[in-house]
Amino acid sequence: MGSRASRLLREEEIEEIKKETGFSHSQITRLYSRFTSLDKGENGTLSREDFQRIPELAINPLGDRIINAFFPEGYFVLVIFREDQVNFRGFMRTLAHFRPIEDNEKNKNPATEPLNSRTNKLLFAFRLYDLDRDDKISRDELLQVLRMMVGVNISDEQLGSIADRTIQEADTNGDSCISFNEFIKVLEKVDVEQKMSIRFLH
Amino acid sequence: MLRCGYALFWLLESVLLICVVSSVKGEAVVTREGSHLKLSESSHSNESQHGHSSNITGIPIISFKWHHVETPYLVAFWVLVSFLGKLVIEANHHVTSVIPESALLICFGFILGGMIWAADKVQTFRLTPTVFFFYLLPQVILDAGYHMPNKLFFTNLGGILVHAVIGTCWNAASLGLSLWGCQMGGAMGDLDIGLLQYLLFGSLMAAVDPVAVIAVFEQVHVNDVLFIMVFGESLLNDGVTVVLFNVFDAFVSLGGPKIDAAEIIKGIVSFFVVAFGGSLVGLVFGLLISLLTRCTKNIQIIEPGFIFVLGYLSYLTAEMLSLSAILSIVFCGMCCQKYINANMDENSVQTVRYAMKAFANGSETIIFVFLGISAIDKVIWVWNTGFILLTLLFVLVYRFIGVFFLTWILNRYRLVPLEFVDQVIMSYGGLRGAVAYGLAVMLDENKIKEKNLMVCTTLIVVYFTVILQGITMKPLVMWLKVKRAAVTEVSLLEKLTNKMFNHTLVAIEDISGQIGHNYMRSKWKYFEENWMSWILMKPSARKKQDQVFDVFHQLNLKDAMEYVTEGERRGSLEFVRNENSIIDFKKKSESESFDINNANILEMHEQIMKAVREAEAINAHHLLDQHLYKSRKQHRHRFSRSHFDINRDEKEVQEIFQRTMRNRMKSFTSAKMGVKPPKTIVKHTQKEQHNYRNHFYFSVVDNPPVCLHIWLKVIFLILKHNYSYYPRILKCFTKRRKNNKEHYGPNSVSFVHPAGIENPAFMPDLDPMDLLQIPPWLGESELDSSMVALSHRAQVDLPRTPSNLRRLAPLRISTRSTASFTLENIPDTQQMDSDQLQPPPPPPRPPRDDGYV
Repeated sequence: MGSRASRLLREEEIEEIKKETGFSHSQITRLYSRFTSLDKGENGTLSREDFQRIPELAINPLGDRIINAFFPEGYFVLVIFREDQVNFRGFMRTLAHFRPIEDNEKNKNPATEPLNSRTNKLLFAFRLYDLDRDDKISRDELLQVLRMMVGVNISDEQLGSIADRTIQEADTNGDSCISFNEFIKVLEKVDVEQKMSIRFLH
Repeated sequence: MLRCGYALFWLLESVLLICVVSSVKGEAVVTREGSHLKLSESSHSNESQHGHSSNITGIPIISFKWHHVETPYLVAFWVLVSFLGKLVIEANHHVTSVIPESALLICFGFILGGMIWAADKVQTFRLTPTVFFFYLLPQVILDAGYHMPNKLFFTNLGGILVHAVIGTCWNAASLGLSLWGCQMGGAMGDLDIGLLQYLLFGSLMAAVDPVAVIAVFEQVHVNDVLFIMVFGESLLNDGVTVVLFNVFDAFVSLGGPKIDAAEIIKGIVSFFVVAFGGSLVGLVFGLLISLLTRCTKNIQIIEPGFIFVLGYLSYLTAEMLSLSAILSIVFCGMCCQKYINANMDENSVQTVRYAMKAFANGSETIIFVFLGISAIDKVIWVWNTGFILLTLLFVLVYRFIGVFFLTWILNRYRLVPLEFVDQVIMSYGGLRGAVAYGLAVMLDENKIKEKNLMVCTTLIVVYFTVILQGITMKPLVMWLKVKRAAVTEVSLLEKLTNKMFNHTLVAIEDISGQIGHNYMRSKWKYFEENWMSWILMKPSARKKQDQVFDVFHQLNLKDAMEYVTEGERRGSLEFVRNENSIIDFKKKSESESFDINNANILEMHEQIMKAVREAEAINAHHLLDQHLYKSRKQHRHRFSRSHFDINRDEKEVQEIFQRTMRNRMKSFTSAKMGVKPPKTIVKHTQKEQHNYRNHFYFSVVDNPPVCLHIWLKVIFLILKHNYSYYPRILKCFTKRRKNNKEHYGPNSVSFVHPAGIENPAFMPDLDPMDLLQIPPWLGESELDSSMVALSHRAQVDLPRTPSNLRRLAPLRISTRSTASFTLENIPDTQQMDSDQLQPPPPPPRPPRDDGYV
């Protein structure tokens, strides 16, 4: 498997991905082999079904949301044949959000903000709430997430009040929605850099 | 002035102490040292025999039986002195902000020790290993384990273990070997210490002491990760040191020539068996406690005792099996905390927390004071400059080397590497403490000739680290700009998003196909939720556990407190009290009834409310409060030992507030608006006003005394009759009010209820069929949770049948002055039999002499 993976992935492609995502060479080849093993259709792209085949995702309450995050609907709706597929570049781009921030990356100029910056990590989380991509978390959207993550013992009514309270807590401009700026403000003190990072194996 | 007083007090105390000590001088006292906290009974029996042996010539009226009480008396006295020392120290904030408390306590010990020595010329009190390891240490460790932030601990478990095991072994070995090398090189003169003895000494010096570490780091507030690294390490390496010490001790007893490869392997194996065995014993006891608390509902008073007793037993059991007792009690505390917190009553949980802190803090104080006292003893002071200075140097240097090297390795595998400054603090935080001293005193003088030198060196190292490093720690943290712990205020979105982060990370690990930290954690959590919780938690507690909901609950409680505080600040909480005493007590999830449909009625009432003068409001509420509280007091058994409610007396009002608020919050937030309850009463948004009105709805609606008791009846009638008449009553009330104004002018509130009726003794006999036979204030127990809030539904299907209305009749009639208008306003009831229209019994007004009626 590994040899085939590296054969299919050209050097210049690796270089590009490296530049875009910041992954190391060995990480990219390792993830590429993972990518090809997920790719049951062997057409170089992953479909939703490919993701859904991962057994652990089925028991993850947010599994479907996270799968959705791999498919950047907003941008590629026009490219009809692509909308339900994600290629390796896109795959890596999404995973790059979870790369830990390294020391030498902190001082880079903000214009070329890396995918794993704090803001991008937060934006990723925000998009998990924001289903309709209107850059606002509405009460309904929040309620859906709550229902996914909160135990069954909490009644709908209580959930509703929790959602209300959550929104009220975060909402500063009084539109009964949480905008991305408000979202950032609430999570100001949270160590997002750490909590939204995993160690990718080399 | 105050300081002066303290100093005087302290001096007096010390003089007293010396007197006591001098008076017992020369007596053979086996166990003089303080803190036989728990075994005082057993030693007590010896004493009592002694006391009765003298011949009695006559019957003494009183006799001075010092020997009878000596040991427990001294123990208690020592505890008292230590606590007083702490009191004095803590009173001086500007000192404790510079010098850590532990250092000051040691200095206090110096002074006390000096006094005793001056009086006795010999040190009679010192910290013995038995007292330390059996009576002082367990509670400190149990507290540390019980309050351990489990998630943080296990996230950094790898690092902690590496530091605790490898780091400690490294410290022990390097110190022992270097000292030995120095001796070979002739750096410290002629000492009778072999390599094994040096290693033994190294092992007892190796451990970072949790007591000292907590004492210093608690005041510094470094970031969580750094704290858990130092603290976790200090906890676990205590266990490791003790194990290491025992192994080397065995080697020393065995003697150099007999040690071969097999013995060394046995030593290593025993190291692991002891450490893991101890942890296992702790886990078993932890699970046992969790299981027990599942079924202690009926003995809530002694429920907290289980945790202490079983925790102590786990310590003793491990000690009995020669396993690591410290590790045992740490894991016992860590394992049970989640389940007992869920299983036990909230009060018991609080009790456990406070008692745990009280014990731990108390014995910590005693430990430090005794560490100080121990120093003032001529016997142990054997000075060897080379040995002592070299030990100090090596302890410090090897700690730095060990920490930096191990962290360098760890950082290659850590998600968030430990920074350089963190490593400096970790190294510098390697405080030695009482465990090292306890172990040093345990050394066998027959096998180790230079025991006193070792004890002395240990003490110096302890003083050096606790006092000097303790004092410099805070400036160092400031100077290096170590990341401090952020003061976080939990918010719901934060909690929710954190949870979301966890799920996301697990999913990403799954997708990228690696088994990492998050994967393991999610598996454990799955196992924990499905098996552990199921076995160890009460079903009711299991249902309740949800972090997001917990936060929600806590926030609500906080709001309620603020609400009350604000109300109290503004000086009028009567509305709260009134409401809760009648209505809000049992109000629950009946929120849908607070509906828009009621809004217009409510609006009207708010206007009325505004019109009502405060004096009348107080009048009314006072009346209600009086008899409601009284009736509850009647059911109180003050002498009962098994029901703790007795002591709630003073907090009663506050508790009721809290409960009310909790209920209110529930209905509040589950109502459509989900509005935060008003923190300040003055400013309300448009949105809030509707809800806010609900609160005042019942309370201040019709406050003049003339209609107060009617109002009571109304409420209880509503309660009894499924509140379907409510709107009707309401209507007639408002009309009556209007009418009232016509009769008495706008100032209707000035009407004073005739006092004679108030006396319950003159209550008129009622129609036996009437509901009001049961006076409303006794009907309290009948309040149903669902009945209280009024429903707009009631408006819709208002029953108009005469029989129903008849039941309402006494009510209306009771207003005497307005009886006529009531009748004319409701034509249906006009033909009602006038016999039934009797005034209902007014609520008995308790005899008062403040004369505000």
